[in-house]
Amino acid sequence: MSDLYFDTPVILLDMDGGSKEEVLRAMAQNLVNNGLVKQSFVKAVIQRENEYATGLPTGEIAVAIPHTDVEHVQQKAISVGILKDPVDFVIMGDDTETVPVKIVFMLAMDEAHSQLKLLQQLMQVFQDQSVLNGLISTSDKKQIKHTMEEKLDALSLKGGEK
Amino acid sequence: MAKKQVLVACGAGVATSTVVNGAIEDMAKEHKLSVDLKQIKIAEVESYVDTADLLVTTATIKKEYPFPVINARSFLTGIGMEDTKQEILDELKK
Repeated sequence: MSDLYFDTPVILLDMDGGSKEEVLRAMAQNLVNNGLVKQSFVKAVIQRENEYATGLPTGEIAVAIPHTDVEHVQQKAISVGILKDPVDFVIMGDDTETVPVKIVFMLAMDEAHSQLKLLQQLMQVFQDQSVLNGLISTSDKKQIKHTMEEKLDALSLKGGEK
Repeated sequence: MAKKQVLVACGAGVATSTVVNGAIEDMAKEHKLSVDLKQIKIAEVESYVDTADLLVTTATIKKEYPFPVINARSFLTGIGMEDTKQEILDELKK
């Protein structure tokens, strides 16, 4: 099991994606370029999103949590993409209904059935519109990193570095 | 009361089902219910058709199963979570 990677290279601001596929491709390819996932992750995460959608109607600021199977992942990571304009994602557990998503949290998980605490804390972030608002209101990647580290123990406790 | 087998399923079996699984575990503990929880990929539901009592999932279910299916999206959005918990609890207590 690898350490969780979350840093400015995987925080993408002002993303200008016309469709969810473009957004997913750009975020996934960025993970590939940073050596965190295999090239196969790109196609797999798009395919998975089409099959099992991950849009979450969390309120005025909605999010999506695209992810896919563990075998495409090299190092566990979370990538955050802030979209310039919201992009429609199909709602999780629905066939056709969509939600305009403003923040995409792409999860690269390298082990099934684990990371409960991290995921629970991540859900807490989704459920707090003021935190989400803070994330979309800044143009400073370090600020986003800092906010997320405050919310996720798995990030801030990493080896005491900071 | 026989131990209920509850399937918790999502597309990949890595993220959303982990959260839902954790929530049901806590719930079962709180209400002193003994539950046989299986965290699986949605594609694996088929192999539990004969033994499962309930399927809790974040994915879309198009098939008919011989057990009830509860949508667990609220565990992720926080909206309507108490209702979903009650729904699950009602099934567990049956």
